[in-house]
Amino acid sequence: MTPSLHLWLIPILPLIGAAINGFFGRRLSRQTVSAVALTFCGAAFLMGLYVAARFPSLELPHAEYLGHWIRSGNFMVNFEFYLDQLTLVMLLVVTGVGFLIHIYSVGYMWEEGGFYRFFSYLNLFMFFMLTLVLAGNYLQMFIGWEGVGLASYLLIGFWFTKDSAASAGKKAFIVNRIGDFGFLIALFLLIKHFGSLNFSQLFSSIAQQPAETAGVGLLTSIGLLLMVGAAGKSAQIPLYVWLPDAMEGPTPVSALIHAATMVTAGVYMVARSHVIFGHAPNALTVVAIIGTLTALFAATIGIAQTDIKKVLAYSTVSQLGYMFMACGVAAYSAGIFHLMTHAFFKGLLFLAAGSVIHAVGGEQDMRKMGGLRQYIPWTFMTMTAATFAIAGFPPFAGFFSKDEILARAYEANPAYWFIGVTTAFITSFYMFRLWFMTFFGDYRGREAAEHGHAPAHGHGHGGHGDPHESPMIMLVPLMILAVLSVIGGWVGIGGRFEHFLSPVFGEGATAVATEALSRSTEITLMVISVVAAVLGFYLAYVLYLKRPELPQKIADSLGGLYQAVVNKYYVDEIYGDLFVKPLVDGSTRILWHGVDQGVIDAAINDTADGARHVSDSARQMQSGNVRSYAGWVAVGAAVIIAYMIWMGVR
Amino acid sequence: MNPTLPVGADYVRILPEIVLSIFGMAIMVLDPLVDEKKSQQLLGGLGLIGTLAGLVSTWIMAQSPGFAFWNMVQVDGFSVFFHVLVIAIALVLILTSYEYMAVQQLRAGEYYGLILFGLVGMCLMSSAVELVLIFISLEISSISTYILAGFRRRSATSSESSLKYFLLGSFATAFFLYGVAMMFGATGSTNIDAISAALNSGKVPLLAYVAMALMFVGLGFKVAAAPFHIWTPDVYEGAPAPVVGFMSTAPKAAAFAVLLRIIFEANAPGRFWLIWLSAVLSMTLGNVAALVQDNVKRLLAYSSIAHAGYILVAFAAKPELGAPAVMFYTAAYAAMNVGAFAVVSHLANENERYVTLENYAGLGRSSPILAGTLTIFLISLIGIPITGGFFAKFYVFSAALQSNLVWLTIIGVINSAIGAYYYLKIIVVMYMREAREEVPVLPIPLALRAALALTLAATVYLGVVPGRMLTFVQQSAQQLLQAEHTSAREQVGNAAVPRATQ
Amino acid sequence: MVPITTLHYLVVAAALFVLGVIGVLTRRNVVIVLMSIELILNAVNLNLVAFSRLWGLHGQVFAIFVITDAAAEAAVGLGILIAFFRNKETVNVDEVDLLKW
Repeated sequence: MTPSLHLWLIPILPLIGAAINGFFGRRLSRQTVSAVALTFCGAAFLMGLYVAARFPSLELPHAEYLGHWIRSGNFMVNFEFYLDQLTLVMLLVVTGVGFLIHIYSVGYMWEEGGFYRFFSYLNLFMFFMLTLVLAGNYLQMFIGWEGVGLASYLLIGFWFTKDSAASAGKKAFIVNRIGDFGFLIALFLLIKHFGSLNFSQLFSSIAQQPAETAGVGLLTSIGLLLMVGAAGKSAQIPLYVWLPDAMEGPTPVSALIHAATMVTAGVYMVARSHVIFGHAPNALTVVAIIGTLTALFAATIGIAQTDIKKVLAYSTVSQLGYMFMACGVAAYSAGIFHLMTHAFFKGLLFLAAGSVIHAVGGEQDMRKMGGLRQYIPWTFMTMTAATFAIAGFPPFAGFFSKDEILARAYEANPAYWFIGVTTAFITSFYMFRLWFMTFFGDYRGREAAEHGHAPAHGHGHGGHGDPHESPMIMLVPLMILAVLSVIGGWVGIGGRFEHFLSPVFGEGATAVATEALSRSTEITLMVISVVAAVLGFYLAYVLYLKRPELPQKIADSLGGLYQAVVNKYYVDEIYGDLFVKPLVDGSTRILWHGVDQGVIDAAINDTADGARHVSDSARQMQSGNVRSYAGWVAVGAAVIIAYMIWMGVR
Repeated sequence: MNPTLPVGADYVRILPEIVLSIFGMAIMVLDPLVDEKKSQQLLGGLGLIGTLAGLVSTWIMAQSPGFAFWNMVQVDGFSVFFHVLVIAIALVLILTSYEYMAVQQLRAGEYYGLILFGLVGMCLMSSAVELVLIFISLEISSISTYILAGFRRRSATSSESSLKYFLLGSFATAFFLYGVAMMFGATGSTNIDAISAALNSGKVPLLAYVAMALMFVGLGFKVAAAPFHIWTPDVYEGAPAPVVGFMSTAPKAAAFAVLLRIIFEANAPGRFWLIWLSAVLSMTLGNVAALVQDNVKRLLAYSSIAHAGYILVAFAAKPELGAPAVMFYTAAYAAMNVGAFAVVSHLANENERYVTLENYAGLGRSSPILAGTLTIFLISLIGIPITGGFFAKFYVFSAALQSNLVWLTIIGVINSAIGAYYYLKIIVVMYMREAREEVPVLPIPLALRAALALTLAATVYLGVVPGRMLTFVQQSAQQLLQAEHTSAREQVGNAAVPRATQ
Repeated sequence: MVPITTLHYLVVAAALFVLGVIGVLTRRNVVIVLMSIELILNAVNLNLVAFSRLWGLHGQVFAIFVITDAAAEAAVGLGILIAFFRNKETVNVDEVDLLKW
């Protein structure tokens, strides 16, 4: 019997912070609000460290039971927390990066209205995220899962006076709902067939079943449904459309929720369900394919974006694709490894981008930046570390995790590896494009300002004139994350990270992995991926620093293709055409509407007309005339009586 | 069955009804005697005490389960559940009405009396196991609600709502009654147990099918299930806001109780596709039509049609899974919907002037408490975790899926995604839009605070620790389903008696 | 002469029922609509009494309840109609049209 660590405190602490700020924040000063938010979030982080310190002495997996939640018949769900190596990694990443981003937000949001509201939401998000991570059963996990969606919705729409922000929030929410229902149906199936949602019970009973190699059996369908849920939350094809729009939220939110933590929940969930996927190889293949395609697809869109945050958003989608690729080839620990390093460098990229935006007075268009390295040296240096990390240069963090994934992908199927390396090249290219466009050359912001361009961003940090460095409170988190982006990958050297996680994912899988590839192949692969990264760097250097006139020429010569990329392959439009047009024209309006609301992203704005049509036709019944109402009742009754007579005679 | 007089235990088994009737009559008698200014406080207070006494007497009633009045009334976990539910709804309604009546400058008068009388009918509906009694209690409850709907006498919309409700309601009741008569003709009894025994003992006569169809028309109307839902939006839009909160939950819960008894206990023949289609239609029509509403009352009316659809999904499931899901859903829906309407009626202000979506703009700033509570109710209506609405949907859909109703579940799930849109719209307007015109928000009186606290607590309780409720619901559903086997046998003898005397 | 069986009563009752429904659907005066609903209730009564021939007195007792209920319903209905009339000065159902869509 291991001692209780009071794991329940970890999520509850931020909840208390959220409650204090939510209820009383209005009357508190900014100093107090930020102190409250930081204290409770920091306390959760300290608890995380405490757990990590006690970790070696624990009997794993360590479960803490708080009480019955639902008990009906033989089906039981408890309030319980579950701690193993996987949880610990997630716990530290979420609380650690989360805490840093909280600190940063104090500086970033200082002059914004609704300061207390922002921190209340942010703490609330931490509560749900930690509930998700620490859950001991799927239902508790689902609650955290929905909760982070809700918090994300609130935070995306934080600048609610902007219409685009409000509708982006709604889009995120509704697309996520679709994924959530996949998850939910998977839960129903689990209840139906296994009578439990508890991780330990469930996995031990599934482990006894034979693997489903052929066709779509029960476990395969559960796995696929879980993947639908994961695709919604982690922005994978075809449900990725919400994430780029979610950049309407304040930048720290993008860093915390849409890069470092929430969007990785899907990866965590798939890794947590590895027993199910292990018994459903077909579902796993689907995961790998979706991940691989998303990685490539999103990376190519990233090339043509000009909004600094949009580039990062598509890059997040792409990197998440890598993680799913890893999970799909059963290299869960590689996926989680990348999740961790990605949290460092992508969190940093967003925060640094925020610092850049802050510096140039709310401008997000990279074409109006340039030459910023002299003005904001600290931001530049930290961003450089992150850029090299994501591009996969050794010895930065991203190199180790990406290399791990690529090696395992090669082993499973060289096609995955090939696409992966191509993506790595593209990633390196568009990240250095961002880097060069932002920090090198001449500052292009002044003329834009003079032409009276209003800052695209909702908040007006008045400063036209010269870009200025951010305050210390924003720089410190950047530096810490920069250090982590450099050294964070070293824990993976020699398979230590994998070894640490091996009790969760099984020793066997990892042992085979390291031996399967001969030393020479491994080194060859490593060299190829480094070369890809360097090539990307070089290409970006040529195109965006040395001969900046080239990109336009290339764009012209590529014509349609480039346009397609700029327009994100017209996915939004295709969704619109596929689902909206028939909706308006078709005779089966109502049915289509269901699909429409369920499937597409443009639902909110583009389909307003379609929805109005459908809804109007549904309202036609409601003429307000009593006699026609009575007519409906009579007709309904006649139909029912006729049906029942038919049933009786039959 | 000897023609003896009812014994003491019989009266205990209808104690809540007796108590509520006494309080109702006391209110009616006192009304002309008291000063008009004091009447609001006094009669409202009496009504409040009446519902509390009703709850206590329900507890007393629960101690002596069994049959009463020659097998017309049955007290079991099932009826106790619905007694508590409808009385609790009325309690919240009275707390809400207190302020509402004053703001609308309505005479208290028979208002509180009518609530209690309606309650008598609804309570009786849940414990009646006899079609005649079911019909009478249905009428008691309906007639009270017809009048309550038109209580804002000076308002044209309110009296129109009342008239529409009355005309269509009595039209539908006539169908129900015709069905009862047919059922009597088909089986020779009006007792549900006896009917069930007769229907399950060999070939079902055609007449019974027709009877079932007609009864479904009547009850479908009461629960606002498509295609008999059309009255709902009009009536809800016109009726006084707190009454709508009441109408959309209490009589519906009672009608669902009757449906449960008739459909599951009597094991109605040929019901499956009927319910399937009605559920799909209700969900889809309700949700789709709600999308473009900008009157909040009307929007919630359409939403209540959709929720009736979700509940019907559970009716299509296997009885042992569906019945508890139905009970849980009605309770969760009652908590969140009554709460939502409490907020709506407070904001409506004089003459219900402020009920459009537009008027809710900026509420997040002008009244964070009201906006916050309404948001929680709406979140629950969407079906997001840690609210009762989530678990309610969870159980319904899980019951449906476990009964292999894959398509129904998928349609339901898609529908609840559509539904999220219009609830969200209200939240967005409240928090994310500036008010165009000044909408005065009155201070929240103590009674309303209590009402909001109660409904909020119930909504969150059902979402966070639904375990106890679920266990209770399952046990009582078990009783309901087993009752048919144990008592049906003895009932067969009784039903045969009149035949012999002829 | 053909003996009058239960079926004959049922047919008459069904005819009454249909007449009542048609009345509700076609008449514009609320009072007549109310009377049509009464017609349906009377069809029910006829049914109940007819079935009493088969099953005993139950049905007739039920019929008495229905008559009582019909009276209560008519009283309330007329009351509601008067309240409506005070607001809109009409008893035409087609003019009950403030609430729609």
